[in-house]
Amino acid sequence: MTASSETLQTVRSLSQEGYKYGFVTDIEAETAPPGLTEDTVRFISAKKDEPEWLLEWRLAAFRAWRETTQPDWAKLNLAPIDYQAATYYSAPKQNAGPKSLDEVDPELLRTYEKLGIPLREREALAGVAVDAVFDSISVATTFKEELSKLGIIFCSMGEAVREHPELVRKYLGTVVPQNDNFFAALNSAVFSDGSFAYIPPGVRCPMELSTYFRINAAKTGQFERTLLIADAGAYVSYLEGCTAPQRDENQLHAAVVELIAHEDAQIKYSTVQNWYPGDAEGRGGIYNFVTKRGACRGARSKISWTQVETGSAITWKYPSCVLEGDHSVGEFYSVAITNNRQQADTGTKMIHIGKDTRSTILSKGISAGRGQNTYRGLVRVQPRAQGARNHTQCDSLLIGDRCGAHTVPYIEVRNSSARVEHEATTSKISEDQLFYCRQRGLGVEDAVSLIVNGFCKEVLKELPMEFAVEAQKLLAVSLEGSVG
Amino acid sequence: MLEIKNLHARISDGREILRGVDLSVNTGEVHAIMGPNGSGKSTLAAVLAGREGYEVSQGTVTYLGRDLLSMPADERAREGLFLAFQYPVEIPGVNNMYFLRTAINAQRRHRGEPELDAGQFLKIVRAKLKDLDIGEDLLQRAVNVGFSGGEKKRNEIFQMAMLEPRLAILDETDSGLDIDALKMVARGVNQQRAPGRAIVMITHYQRLLEYVEPDRVHVLQGGRIVQSGDKGLALELERRGYGITEDAA
Repeated sequence: MTASSETLQTVRSLSQEGYKYGFVTDIEAETAPPGLTEDTVRFISAKKDEPEWLLEWRLAAFRAWRETTQPDWAKLNLAPIDYQAATYYSAPKQNAGPKSLDEVDPELLRTYEKLGIPLREREALAGVAVDAVFDSISVATTFKEELSKLGIIFCSMGEAVREHPELVRKYLGTVVPQNDNFFAALNSAVFSDGSFAYIPPGVRCPMELSTYFRINAAKTGQFERTLLIADAGAYVSYLEGCTAPQRDENQLHAAVVELIAHEDAQIKYSTVQNWYPGDAEGRGGIYNFVTKRGACRGARSKISWTQVETGSAITWKYPSCVLEGDHSVGEFYSVAITNNRQQADTGTKMIHIGKDTRSTILSKGISAGRGQNTYRGLVRVQPRAQGARNHTQCDSLLIGDRCGAHTVPYIEVRNSSARVEHEATTSKISEDQLFYCRQRGLGVEDAVSLIVNGFCKEVLKELPMEFAVEAQKLLAVSLEGSVG
Repeated sequence: MLEIKNLHARISDGREILRGVDLSVNTGEVHAIMGPNGSGKSTLAAVLAGREGYEVSQGTVTYLGRDLLSMPADERAREGLFLAFQYPVEIPGVNNMYFLRTAINAQRRHRGEPELDAGQFLKIVRAKLKDLDIGEDLLQRAVNVGFSGGEKKRNEIFQMAMLEPRLAILDETDSGLDIDALKMVARGVNQQRAPGRAIVMITHYQRLLEYVEPDRVHVLQGGRIVQSGDKGLALELERRGYGITEDAA
């Protein structure tokens, strides 16, 4: 069986009803006491046996976090979050740092199999190297050996701190500083793991690198940190997938992703986010506050973000590109779905600093049920960015009459040679379209899914093949019960 | 095959559009329903296909021995009822071929037949395209997006040919077509004529009937069938206009 047909099958078997990933794995975990103080930060750092500089870095972040307040400018309606009630560290108990999959708790491997990520098989099938993050800890990274032959480093953040401290120290926080915003500061203080990748100069990474994030423990926040560096002329495509168990209370997820592309390097970063969205009445679900930013440091570098956001009760996320290098390129392709009581405030920031920098933004928002979907995007052209160009296309699709779609573009241009275009449309799935599909024999939900997939097509085609199939099925599942 | 008895239907503003339609269509027959604008032709097609927004207040429709009105629209389609739309609908981003294959496979699943894979499907497509003299480029585009009026109608006929319905209803498929497109539609209908299939053509004009010879012609006026006859009735209507039926009614 090929990797893609296996993915297809797994996804299909998981796509029978409602949220498929809502199970809980019964596993022994080592957990920090609830609450967040300097001691919590020290506890986490000590647990991870970190060097002094990193502890200091975390403490600086913690102080920055204490001095800021949770941002309230997003169009999101959420209950106050009690940051002292959450737990900031939970790790599955196992012998520190598994050397191979054989040392990983079989219960964990079974969990990933249920999620459609059979780590063992993936290891055997060429194509995707996976780093799996369970609650706070990276449990397994596949394909490491093959990659290391090319000089590619792909490992958990914890391991990177131990094995490659010079790289981590050089790049960590250089794109998203500790005090960047409330949630980034929180993450910087308490992040427990995540993925790290470094592609050396001139190397084209021969396979997709992939991280699967899984929240398991109750009342636990997940704060992973991803750092990805493509050195001069390197290329990497990176996939990220996320799921969580079905729980009645809200769980906090505040991740930070930093990308760095040097001269002529290219990074393609794709996300399929399927955190538990809460039930139809809006009980439970993940609060997803994520800071993702890429720096195009070198000339002619390129960073491309593609995201399919179907889960979470709250999504607050703006994957951005800082286009420092001349002729560098930033892209943002997004599909965001809100059904039932889900709320999403998502978009991007394209900061044009270098000459002849180009950016493309293509956002597709779909609102159903009582979902609220906001596109918020900033295009900024700095005075030195001679010849900068941006094209933004922002489309919203409404299903039913109780949902909302909002578009909030910010455009700041300080160079008269720049060309910035913004197009936006809002449409409804029409009765005519539905009837036309049904008259040809399609059931209502198949019809909706067909129409929505058509609406998202330009974004979905940016995803790597395997992911695109998964994403299409997810769209269908997310919209179940949205019509009729 | 289709038995309509005393059918009354209103639209959402409460106006009664169909006021007692009686019609019987046997398998293997081609019927033409003619009538002036506003006579209820398109409403009849919509009610038969199960479009929402119409309320049937009286009467029955039996299709293949079953109560048609109790079936949802998609089930009617899977049971072999096809409607060629007067205004075919655009579905952006959905490839025409993919749409058609999804539809065919939904119907095949319903009949307990195996689904067609891409290769098998393409083979059938190529054969039908040739029959109908339609270019393949039409299939690579999104469903009806950017199609000319004629292309949309060709696409409807092509879908009909692919889906091989048991009862095909053509809602003014001939309106607004140039002579070449009209001939293509006629060819499609003639090719679909078969002992196991019935076709109902709803039309305002007689000219389609120059190329497709109906077994029966009906005049719908004021929400009722006021006159029925053979193809001679269509010619008479062409000569005298719909005024003649007022005496008959």
